[in-house]
Amino acid sequence: MSAMAVRVGRRGGVGLGLVAWLAGIVFFLPIAWMALTSFHSEEDAATNPPSFAASLTLDGYREFFGADGGASPWPALINSAVASIASTLFVLLLALPAAYALSIRPVKKWTDVLFFFLSTKMLPVVAGLLPIYLFAKNAGLLDNIWLLVILYTSMNLPIAVWMMQSFLAEVPVAVIEAARVDGARLPTILARVVAPIALPGIAATSLICFIFSWNELLFARVLTGVVAETAPVFLTGFITSQGLFLAKVCAASLVISLPVLAAGFAAQDKLVQGLSLGAVK
Amino acid sequence: MTATTTAPVAAPDVRTPARPPATRLRAWATRAPLLPALIFMIAVTQLPFVATLVISFFDWNALYPDARHFTGLSNYGDVLTDPDLRRSVWTTVLLTVAVVLASLVLGLALALLLDRRFKGRGVVRTLLIAPFLVVPVAAALLWKHVLYNPEYGLFNGLLHYVGGPQPDWISNTPLLAVEASLVWQWTPFMMLILLAGLQSRDQQQIEAARVDGASDWQIFRHLTLPHLRRYLELGALLGSIYIVQNFDAVFTITSGGLGTANLPYTVYQSFYQAHENGLASAAGVLVVIGSIVIATFALRVVSSLFREEVSRA
Repeated sequence: MSAMAVRVGRRGGVGLGLVAWLAGIVFFLPIAWMALTSFHSEEDAATNPPSFAASLTLDGYREFFGADGGASPWPALINSAVASIASTLFVLLLALPAAYALSIRPVKKWTDVLFFFLSTKMLPVVAGLLPIYLFAKNAGLLDNIWLLVILYTSMNLPIAVWMMQSFLAEVPVAVIEAARVDGARLPTILARVVAPIALPGIAATSLICFIFSWNELLFARVLTGVVAETAPVFLTGFITSQGLFLAKVCAASLVISLPVLAAGFAAQDKLVQGLSLGAVK
Repeated sequence: MTATTTAPVAAPDVRTPARPPATRLRAWATRAPLLPALIFMIAVTQLPFVATLVISFFDWNALYPDARHFTGLSNYGDVLTDPDLRRSVWTTVLLTVAVVLASLVLGLALALLLDRRFKGRGVVRTLLIAPFLVVPVAAALLWKHVLYNPEYGLFNGLLHYVGGPQPDWISNTPLLAVEASLVWQWTPFMMLILLAGLQSRDQQQIEAARVDGASDWQIFRHLTLPHLRRYLELGALLGSIYIVQNFDAVFTITSGGLGTANLPYTVYQSFYQAHENGLASAAGVLVVIGSIVIATFALRVVSSLFREEVSRA
């Protein structure tokens, strides 16, 4: 009887495994279809019923990269890279000391400070958009990628402080005290005791900050023009062109999502830690 | 707490008899690492809001800068009586609640499926995460042109095979169309958080319940769900923070038309296209007041989420 129970259980397991596979395929289907369409000609991309087995071509990608005299996406991609990487570095530079002062050597009322940081995340971006726009216009910072770097830093800093705080809170205070009693100075303690425990958290924080900066559209659309335009803005401008453009749109969407897809797939666990503000270890 | 236990340990180092200045110095040394981040956040997020508040009291159209004058609260009157804006408040609530709830339920189902052992679990997890990793504008374009298009979109293409109807998805159900694309993107996010929650369950406790004859449903209802509560709350809170502010999907899929304009889109439009600085600011201030009400509630939830950590620290 127990053998039968095991068999039934296993059959149920296989069935649910199939359901899981089916769900995975359904969720992935739009992306798979986008990838396939990006390798089709525009004529084959716009048929009903869909042409699954149409011949493959790189024309969509060639066109996206400006082969037909269109604008090259490279400046926008480089702008996005600058904005994402620079703002992530700034976030770390500001968040690490702040998290230190909220966990390892906490200031008084450190929870209040922590909640202040999170509360700024709940202020809608649009509420400050106009003054920022007016300020940028008067200061000559419109269409300047460094303005986005500053704004993206402020956008991601609260999340980063929360995450780093929860990671640094893992560092046992007793070990730090012991190192201090042994005569270790602060830089040594930071490098030998704090850093090894904090590094996975720093990686998770960086990943999340990078993704959110890379994805951002509203600030970039309002505050940049031809010079500092980022990849998402480039993408919105690119579809106003007439005629058949499905293959091109798919190629463009895929290329622009590639950095995020690659980073996210490579570090799935870090993604969870980051998205849960470090609450899920 | 740590603050009180570390201070006496450090105190013997202070050799100077003038104790008050030294402790004050020490307090500032503790605070110093915090200041750059704090000052930066106040400058970049709070000051613009103060400016928004000031501008909201002016009648100010950017196309007629010379006609700018103080009008007191009249912008607020205009905003509150503007049917479009009232509608966009409702749309924002509807969009946020629908997307957060749907992706939480779907995410929970997927997390439960993935919590079991089966062949290729890692691959399925990767497939399920993918939608969250598509750049939001790209995802919105994908849904609008590649999936929803009534003539050659994938949905109608697949319906064609089974002889189904060929609806114009975006025109027929605009808000649902936007919501579906957002649910597709946010379900993986909820799934990841809930999966982490499931995997942190006490397996011994579950085994014990099973030995005592508890059914799968009883275990789920009385052990798993209470354990998942904080993870569900965390997912709902973080999802709401981002979906309330959604701009990309509304902007791309419907350009705010057909009754899908949410608050971020309406505010964007009133200053970017209509150049009504005063009105846009008043709307922005109202958005903030609404957010503060929600945030106060939400922060209470979070503080209960993190109470464990706080008491431990």
